Amino acid sequence: MRLILDIFTVVLVSAGAFFFLAGTIGLLRFPDTLTRLHALTKADNLGLGLVVIGLLPRAGGVLYAAKLIGVWLLVLVASSAVSQLIGRAARRGMLQK
Amino acid sequence: MTIASALYIALAILVLALAGWTIFARDDYAAIVGFVTYGLLLSLVWVSLSALDIALTEVAIGGGVTGVLLLEAGARLRGVPVPTGVERPGIIQRVSAAMLCTLVSLGLALTVWILPEPAPTLAPSVAANLAATEMGNPVGAVLLAYRALDTVLESAVLPLALIGVWSLASDRFWGGRPGFQNRVDREGILVFLAQLLPPFGVLMGIYIVLIGADRPGGKFQGGTILAAMWILTRMAGITDTPPINRRWLRIVLIAGPAVFLAVGLAGFVFPGTFLAYPPGFAKPIILIIEAAMTPSIAVALALLLAGPPERKPNE
Repeated sequence: MRLILDIFTVVLVSAGAFFFLAGTIGLLRFPDTLTRLHALTKADNLGLGLVVIGLLPRAGGVLYAAKLIGVWLLVLVASSAVSQLIGRAARRGMLQK
Repeated sequence: MTIASALYIALAILVLALAGWTIFARDDYAAIVGFVTYGLLLSLVWVSLSALDIALTEVAIGGGVTGVLLLEAGARLRGVPVPTGVERPGIIQRVSAAMLCTLVSLGLALTVWILPEPAPTLAPSVAANLAATEMGNPVGAVLLAYRALDTVLESAVLPLALIGVWSLASDRFWGGRPGFQNRVDREGILVFLAQLLPPFGVLMGIYIVLIGADRPGGKFQGGTILAAMWILTRMAGITDTPPINRRWLRIVLIAGPAVFLAVGLAGFVFPGTFLAYPPGFAKPIILIIEAAMTPSIAVALALLLAGPPERKPNE
């Protein structure tokens, strides 16, 4: 059982790290603001989400697990709102190219 | 070399590189973003040193509040035309400034280098007497019991800084509301965020203040989160700053330092010196100070960010 949970953690956290890496490469390589935002959301939503799910079996209690999920939800809310704000500013031409 | 120490070394190199980049960035906006990221990375360094209290403070005040403060200052400066002639200090001035900074840094580095091994420390005697304060969080106990004088002065600095910011206003604006009220569309995502987040943020801020007695946390960290929630609602146009001549505002601002000072002066009567707590009552008194300080800190930080008072043309 212990082994299965460990494998679960390693696989999911690695997948999360992969999305962080992919998101960072996209952020650096994509040509304009909107596509960069698209890359960034992958790191925030999928990357952090997978890391959180992977860490759940190691959280050491329901309360700690709920805190981890709470962190993820707060980041989701904040990053989606900020992405919309940046996207709107970009569409109105308020950002420097 | 273990994986952990490799990670720490990579983190240290990253922090140093980012610090250098922040200094050499030409664009002020890029430098500010670099500084905020530097604050976040620095808090990771504190976490890796198991200094969670400092990590929380760094991320809340060093990265968060200071970052927003610099962004606001940058945005204000952007609209101001650059005065000709007074700009660009001469080469001698710049070189001497650089040399002075380098000298100070080298002096600090040397001081750390020549510290005797092991470094002089009061930690064992503090740990031995920690039980007398009944505080579970040693950092909080040191700040409010052994180094309470520092903390009193720290808490008095905030209202003074705010008075400094307010006094930048011209006479006509005195008694106005600090900061521009942003024009916002009421349907925007910022308004949604400012309505959704504050209940959680306020809960978290109060939790961090309350937990500060026994775990990492405290009035500055929690107060910063409370201030952030006010700033968020103000940016979204839901709330506004009060005019600075309101009496309740001034009472809230000085209540915390006043309670702290009153406790300190009461120490003269019993048990005998400034800022000494009566034996057995250390923890309740510390909790009262923290509770009184929190609103003062939150309001002072939020108003520091709002800037000097303004008035609309028709006011």
